Amino acid sequence: MTERNPKEQERDATLRLIYTTTAAWRKNVAASGPEKYTEAFIKKQIEEFDLGKRHLANMMGEDPETFTQEDIDRAIAYLFPSGLFDKRARPMMKHPSEIFPEQRKIQWGEDGRPFHFLFYTGKQSYYSLMHETYEKLLNVQKHQDQLVAQGFSLQKEKKNLVGSRWLTKTELEGMLLEKLSDDDYSRFIRLLEKLMTLPCSDIEENYIKKFSKEIAVQLQKVSTEPLKYDEQGVAFSTGEGVRKTSRATAVVYDNGTGKITVNGIDILRYFPVLQDREQLLFPFQFLDRVGKHDAICTVSGGGRSSQAGAIRLATAKALRSFVTETEVEFMRQAGLLTVDPRVRERKKPGQEGARRKFTWKKR
Amino acid sequence: MLRSVKGFICRPLKLDHGYALHMAAKDCFSSVVSQDVQTPAEKPRAIFYTNESDPAQHSEQHEGRHYSIPLEEVKAVFPHGLPYRFQQQIKTFQEACVMVRKPALELFTYLKNSNFAHPVVRYVIYGERGTGKTMTLCHVVHFCARQGWLVLHIPDAHLWVKNCKELMQSSYNKERLDQPLQASFWLRNFRTTNEHFLKEIKTQQKYVWGKRDSTEQGRPLGEVVEQGLTRVKNASDAVGVVLKEIKQQCCLGSFRVLVAVDGVNALWGRTTLKKEDKSPVSPEELTLVYNLRKMVMNNWSGGAVVTTLSQTGSLFKPSSAHLPHELLGKEGFDALDPFVPILVPNYTEREFESCYHYYLHCRWLQHEKARTEDGKEELRFLSGCNPWQLERLSAPL
Repeated sequence: MTERNPKEQERDATLRLIYTTTAAWRKNVAASGPEKYTEAFIKKQIEEFDLGKRHLANMMGEDPETFTQEDIDRAIAYLFPSGLFDKRARPMMKHPSEIFPEQRKIQWGEDGRPFHFLFYTGKQSYYSLMHETYEKLLNVQKHQDQLVAQGFSLQKEKKNLVGSRWLTKTELEGMLLEKLSDDDYSRFIRLLEKLMTLPCSDIEENYIKKFSKEIAVQLQKVSTEPLKYDEQGVAFSTGEGVRKTSRATAVVYDNGTGKITVNGIDILRYFPVLQDREQLLFPFQFLDRVGKHDAICTVSGGGRSSQAGAIRLATAKALRSFVTETEVEFMRQAGLLTVDPRVRERKKPGQEGARRKFTWKKR
Repeated sequence: MLRSVKGFICRPLKLDHGYALHMAAKDCFSSVVSQDVQTPAEKPRAIFYTNESDPAQHSEQHEGRHYSIPLEEVKAVFPHGLPYRFQQQIKTFQEACVMVRKPALELFTYLKNSNFAHPVVRYVIYGERGTGKTMTLCHVVHFCARQGWLVLHIPDAHLWVKNCKELMQSSYNKERLDQPLQASFWLRNFRTTNEHFLKEIKTQQKYVWGKRDSTEQGRPLGEVVEQGLTRVKNASDAVGVVLKEIKQQCCLGSFRVLVAVDGVNALWGRTTLKKEDKSPVSPEELTLVYNLRKMVMNNWSGGAVVTTLSQTGSLFKPSSAHLPHELLGKEGFDALDPFVPILVPNYTEREFESCYHYYLHCRWLQHEKARTEDGKEELRFLSGCNPWQLERLSAPL
């Protein structure tokens, strides 16, 4: 009995040690966050990229020294042709800084002390940014006071704010590499706007420019073609339109009675459905020129609805030549001049259609 | 900066407009609306309306205008001739307004100047779908009825070659087939139209219907019609007898006969009927069609034959076919040749305006945008000046 006791105790002790749940062993993937790339890893990737670039240039028979990113893209598209719709899914070869997202380096040294003095606030970059901006503000105010003391009048020219916008929250997060809340973001923007409104903020214009972006001008300057004149002296103009798989061309004549012919057949017989004829009516009605133009159209491909849409686009494009610039802008905003990008979605394997799944059977 | 996109707003709203606009409701509405709405509406009535209710007096000056037929006359002259939608329109507006159009005027001149001693001239009214062929035919029927002609109006010959529930073997001729229901229906309407003629015309030979029934020679034709209606089995034969008698006696010249057939291409096409052994029936095996074909021949004189081609009810013909040659087929064309073709086109500008103002006057177009010029242009574009399309478009407005 006494001999057994220490062995029992040992066994009990070992039993107690072994008794842990399997859940504790499994690695918690989600909690560890996104994959962390070490600096050495990134450096290696950059070296490999440069080497690969030179090999590619050699393969294509071009000079490795003057091989730009566009050349790389063209070469890859040539060597690995892909029919995938999404451009991001196609094979690509880009500099590692574009592929691997920027990550924050370790914020503390070997002794465990953080580098930045605001580390323990939790949002060090945000607060440091706020401090910086406020510093600039104080700077400007000081300058202002100096000018007032010297006797200069303060005049603020109205800066044109139309062409620029502030960075969005996501863009700012990308810049600072840390998460912001909506409140933080709005505070920052308010501070920037306050800085903008001060008369002498021109000093800090460079700093402010870092946080603003130009809005790209929407209007693509598509030049409208001039009117052409045929034998009798009647003005006409042509336009082309596409919708799904239909292709249409329209020739719109002036001094007409509102008669429209499609492939040699009157629209009343070619489009028996009212909806299609309403589509054709839309461009003319929008410009208040319902009975004034004649049109001769040819269309091929697609079904009745897509043919109607294609002809509508073609007539709208043709009517641009008859109409003033402002009206063209109105047409564009009404959506008469935009090509409808919707096409038939592909059927996926494992599903009955593009979206429809097979009937779900419980057992 | 963005202008209100009026192009979108201009779409006509699909208002729910039932056909049950009672006359009383219309009166209430007109009394509620202020006085000044009435006076401008009355003045331009001359654009689309004419008081001349006798078709014989219609001439080019009345072209494009509507004239109204009194409702009792409608019941007497057209028990079965008018298109279904027009009948509903009559019920809604409580008046039957027909537009005077060029093809009808043309036909009137021909009829007035025709020599009744010569064999009958056959007129074929043809045109695209919904352009007003049946309405032209009804106009001509009204004209002849006013003139005192005997009118043989077959509203739709297609009804005789399809959807027949009862087909019996003919007692008169073993190979032919009878259609008692259609025949009795037609006889009833024929009686309503031509009451006084039935008493005047006398039979010229004895007809034996069965073991106990027979009609003696010299009896009024009304008796034959009664016989057909009471003994439904003999209805088709009664129809045949009526047609034969009329044809024989018309040559004598005591009265004029107008044979008005709508959808005459049914007589020479195919049928959808089948015999008991599932073999298809050809049109000449039907008694009604056989007799009607004899009537449409030009071997008699003293009247006129006005027919319409119709693609809508036709069997086994493509929807784009509307010329006589396509719809009649070789057989029909040869049978009807020679004939005078009359094309019925879509509305002209004037006729369209007239129809539009008529609908406005009857307050059929309720949408406020319909009263504007833009609305009119839109209607013109969307309907393509086709009467049928215009009617269908303005119904929900």
